[in-house]
Amino acid sequence: MSGYSITRISRYHYAVGPALLLVLAALIALPGFADKATLRLATEMAGYMALAIMWNLLAGYAGVMSIGQQAFVGAGGYAIFMLAGSAGLPLIPSVVAAGVIAAALAIPVGYILFRLNGAYFAIGSWVIAEIFLLITAQSDRLGAGSGLSFPTAVAKTFGKSDERAALFWWIALAVAVVAIATAYLWLRSSRGLALTAMRDDESAAAGLGVDVVRNKFAVFLLAAAIAGMVGAVLFLGKLRISPTSAYDINEWTASIIFIVVIGGIGRLEGAIIGTLVFFGLRSYLADFGSYYLMALGVIAIVMMLKMPKGLWGFVYDRTGIEIFPMRRNIVRSGEGRP
Amino acid sequence: MTELINSLAQGVLIGGLYALFAAGLSLVFGIMRVVNLAHGDLIVTGSFMTFATVSMLGLPLWLAVLIVLPMMGLLGYVLQRGLLNHTIGTDVLPPLLVTFGISIILQNGLLQIFTADNRKLDFGAIEVMSLQMGPVAMGWYAILVFAVAVATIYGLQFLSYRTRLGRVLRATTDDPEVARVMGVRTDHVFGIAMAIALVICGIAAILFAAWTSFTPLSGPSRLLIAFEVVVIGGIGSIWGTLAGGITLGVAQALGGYLDPAWQTLAGHIVFVIILALRPAGILGGRR
Repeated sequence: MSGYSITRISRYHYAVGPALLLVLAALIALPGFADKATLRLATEMAGYMALAIMWNLLAGYAGVMSIGQQAFVGAGGYAIFMLAGSAGLPLIPSVVAAGVIAAALAIPVGYILFRLNGAYFAIGSWVIAEIFLLITAQSDRLGAGSGLSFPTAVAKTFGKSDERAALFWWIALAVAVVAIATAYLWLRSSRGLALTAMRDDESAAAGLGVDVVRNKFAVFLLAAAIAGMVGAVLFLGKLRISPTSAYDINEWTASIIFIVVIGGIGRLEGAIIGTLVFFGLRSYLADFGSYYLMALGVIAIVMMLKMPKGLWGFVYDRTGIEIFPMRRNIVRSGEGRP
Repeated sequence: MTELINSLAQGVLIGGLYALFAAGLSLVFGIMRVVNLAHGDLIVTGSFMTFATVSMLGLPLWLAVLIVLPMMGLLGYVLQRGLLNHTIGTDVLPPLLVTFGISIILQNGLLQIFTADNRKLDFGAIEVMSLQMGPVAMGWYAILVFAVAVATIYGLQFLSYRTRLGRVLRATTDDPEVARVMGVRTDHVFGIAMAIALVICGIAAILFAAWTSFTPLSGPSRLLIAFEVVVIGGIGSIWGTLAGGITLGVAQALGGYLDPAWQTLAGHIVFVIILALRPAGILGGRR
């Protein structure tokens, strides 16, 4: 039979799937051979990775430049302290509820912010995060300016200190996997096609019938939900939350932007590479304080100017390798996969 | 009641300063379509330059002004030509990310040089003298700040509509491509625009340095004020920045009068309300 067909899979992808499953299995088994400190670091990395995946989806695909994601991270953090902490509700449903609450908050926020476009959206989202911070700092139920501690009695029901670390790690891993899987499936669906079209040319996409604002809004809600769950699990690990730590723009947005820019904006794999690079740099250089942050700023600027597609974009342009296949290849049928 | 009127008057007067914060941001956005996320940190850098020349070198204030303003202008020109011009294109992401990077570098650089201590300039007796008008007392310094702000904005207006440079700036604002075809060196014009924006920032920085204390991390709050003023007043309107500044100043004063903790929040909330009801801003909408 002659003719052509379109596929996204290349031959090596038959090995990528099992390899990913192997990695996942190893990560699930991590508490069996890693100590508490390593688990905590891994938990943090999983949280950052999930945030980076979402920020990449927002900025790299949907063209939504938010620098206010800390609003939803913080809201999720406070939600878990109220639900699982004060109200004593079961842990896992509370984490999910934290995501739902963050997404629910994102509805009115998005309604206001999507009146601003491009760069103005960015600062507008920051103002919203500031409003979240100031209102939280005024609320006595949320511990006002000094914040909340997670009730020790409740924390003990999650097990001993190392059992807790393992539990939180599994939750964080689950959130990261959900983030990657949703982003991947989203991008491969017809919605993803719309997003890619918007990324390439927003007006052209609108002209072809893509509802641009609706698509942006949908990604914004998804990103808020994931951010809420990440906030929930990371602040659980700290057992302490305060307005300034919950809504910290440097921690929850600047670092994430750095990760995405280094790894490669507009590529799912970029967020993973970027997270590894970021934590690598942090473990060696964080002792240098201000100089370390200045170095991150310089690296981000240089990358943006000299290697705008990031590390993974650099690799992809030279090898064409994709861990999460997106590109469509034309193959002649009857000849098998390329 | 007197207290309320006093704080409202104070709100109007600080509105002038807020307008100065915003004028530079608005100018840069108008011409280059770039929102400079380092705007607030550049203002704080100006305040620290003034602090260094006055408090550390012991030079008189007038000399500090003559040093700081040209330096800010030069910084703006170099920053634009050396770095920001390379980021301008159809994509909004590169300029945002690069200015975000500059913001982090400036904050941490200032922390390294000046530590995190609170600083404030002392302009002497004028800071405590006040003008009594019936029950209302207005500080002379606040009046001076407002007057300088109005004069600066008038100057910017004059520059835009009465000079050759202004004509070139407006032409570039309307359409950079066509301006380039007409022989405008847009790269240079962008540099000049950023220089003007930073000189205005410098004026605001000097005035603000004596108004309240500042630290290397004060930049973001200045940026948010500037941004809110631009949106409230209407994007691209020069006198709109003054209207926006006064609106924000009065909103904060009113909030602060009800409960000191509500001062900043009241400003943000007024911004959100105006954004929801009148997205084009108070003086906008005639487009």
